[in-house]
Amino acid sequence: MDEIAYSVNPVVVGLVGGLVGALYFAFLRWQTQVGSLNASLLVGAVCGVAGAMLLTAPLGYCMFGADQKNDDLIVGWIMVALGLLLTLNLGSMLLWRFFRGQRLLPRGDTTPGAFRGRFGALYAAAVLSPTILVLVYFVYLPMFDTLRLSTFLARFGAPRTRFICVSNFSRMLSDLDYHSNLFLSFALSFGIIIITMSLALLIAAMLNQPIKGANIYRTFLIWPYAISPIVAGSIFGLLLGTESGIVNRVLDLVFGVKVPWLVTIPAAQISVVLASVWNVIGFNILFYTAGLQTIPKDLLESASIDGASAWQRFARITFPLLSPFTFFLIVTNTIYAFFDTFGLIFVLTRGGPTESTFTAMYRVYVTGILASDIGKSTAQSLILFLIVVGITIFQFRVGQRRVQYGNY
Amino acid sequence: MTESASSRFVFDPSANQSRPLWRRLIPQRWYAHLILTISVIIITFPMFYALLISTQSNPEVYNHKFTPGSMFFENLRTVMVQRNMGRFMLNSFVIAISIAVGKTIMSVLAGLGLVYFRYPGKWIVFGFVLITLIMPGDVLLIALYRRVVSFDGWPHPYVALTLPLLASATGVFIFRQHFMTMPPDLSEAAQLDGASPLQFLFRVLIPLSWNTIGALMVIMFLFGWNQFLWPLILLRDQHLQVVQWGMQSLSQNLEVGDNFGPMMMGVIITSLPPMIIFLILQRQFMKGFALTRDK
Repeated sequence: MDEIAYSVNPVVVGLVGGLVGALYFAFLRWQTQVGSLNASLLVGAVCGVAGAMLLTAPLGYCMFGADQKNDDLIVGWIMVALGLLLTLNLGSMLLWRFFRGQRLLPRGDTTPGAFRGRFGALYAAAVLSPTILVLVYFVYLPMFDTLRLSTFLARFGAPRTRFICVSNFSRMLSDLDYHSNLFLSFALSFGIIIITMSLALLIAAMLNQPIKGANIYRTFLIWPYAISPIVAGSIFGLLLGTESGIVNRVLDLVFGVKVPWLVTIPAAQISVVLASVWNVIGFNILFYTAGLQTIPKDLLESASIDGASAWQRFARITFPLLSPFTFFLIVTNTIYAFFDTFGLIFVLTRGGPTESTFTAMYRVYVTGILASDIGKSTAQSLILFLIVVGITIFQFRVGQRRVQYGNY
Repeated sequence: MTESASSRFVFDPSANQSRPLWRRLIPQRWYAHLILTISVIIITFPMFYALLISTQSNPEVYNHKFTPGSMFFENLRTVMVQRNMGRFMLNSFVIAISIAVGKTIMSVLAGLGLVYFRYPGKWIVFGFVLITLIMPGDVLLIALYRRVVSFDGWPHPYVALTLPLLASATGVFIFRQHFMTMPPDLSEAAQLDGASPLQFLFRVLIPLSWNTIGALMVIMFLFGWNQFLWPLILLRDQHLQVVQWGMQSLSQNLEVGDNFGPMMMGVIITSLPPMIIFLILQRQFMKGFALTRDK
């Protein structure tokens, strides 16, 4: 242990974590005015030390070694921060539940009507085991592999692997191509969310009016939900072709211009957004229609009697009551933009021109499968995983604070 | 605000009679009809255009003819026989139906196990299943591929393809929620009659769950039918490839543009099965999502 030289001593890392944890818990204690200060400081410090160690200790603090580069050190501190985020949030949630005298853990069994008999647990194990086994072998173990492989230099076909600490991650910090891939994925999500969701909400609001033929309209509008991204990409490849495409034909007739949609730089990204919007709008309409039907009619009616205009009824009642659906759709649209656009881009632009439509997922495919660099591509996968975790937490946190659960 | 506020919500036949003629001729809420009609035209146009192009030859495509061409059967033959799409469609059918049926059976069983039995740590089991929602298959793609190819005892490549996709956190969650809304008297009565849990499942629960099962089947079939990236990297033998792979191979050489007719024929036949399933199960699908007003 002594012969390893560190640029930052692991003990210092742990102490920093403990200090941050204690301060954060003291702040929470001051904010909530619930519980004892000493217990908060103690539990906060323990959670802080655990958070600092959570991701760094399994790698033997290698990123803080004296032989590592500056970027590895930065990755190390980012890992400390991520660990702290996890342990401090979890710890504070449990501690304040304890302070308030609430149950620490969910109730094990609340089901009336469960089957009696001595073999209930065995029976349950038998019916649950197919799902659990598949999840263990094909989800949890690959997740563990992904974590492990991301710290290795590994290639498909090469039997030997080498531990390279966090180099796969630290190289990302200066990899400008990867930055632009990530940026494209975020921009794509943003474009899809803004355009699709506003259009879908407008259309769903119209579908929700008591008009004749609403069912027929609905079938025609929801139906692109059944279309695969590959097919969406193929159709838009036809529509947006420079010479063959009907869009350019119309633009040519009306404005006398032809846009080289798929082969020039901002136009190619716009094409991907357009095709994605068309692909997901059915799903968005589907969920907004479902959401609008959960809104009690008498509420809108009484607001109407009180003289609220249609816009006021929408802004003050309908939209807030729809927020669970809005947050759900933000999450699914982001996941679509990050992962499912792969097939669409694969046929529409092949990631071109000059890699300008490479999303982060496309990069994982190119790095891992085409270039067979497993370590680097699993590290890129983990960045995607962090983003999924992030938006899920966003949905829970922001969603639960702002969502109205019908207690009007 | 001439219209009384409550007439928007209450159907009143006499209200129509007293309105002036021009209001009776223009449908009520004409703006809704207008917006919906425009939306339907824009959203369905790409598919109808694809259908049109699928009958045309390439010169007809470049001349932007809006009449059906002469190449329908020619293009169909090219796609199904020459480009092997018939085979790919059959492959995808096998895969999508295995996935849809497998996922539904496993989810129903897991839902049963999470609702109708008492044992300690039930929430841990549920959490264990639910937390996999944040681990999408695409994130695990590289590691899963490495793990699956490292084992060479697979009886058929399709087993290696479908087995990892069979567990569904969404399905388990939906069936758990659905079963929890069932009145507990049902299982009490079944127990009094001496039914075993599986008998209860088949005789009582499943007949009460057809809407949920139908909705889930649509989603799972689409999931299976739309598989592309996982078969792309896993299947070595081109004859075993899936319909989406066949579709993208038709879209090759897009810049050269010598294959728009067959390509759109591919679009049509690739989209037909999911659309037919969607239309057949639409009622269950909408009810499963509580989308219809009559509950």
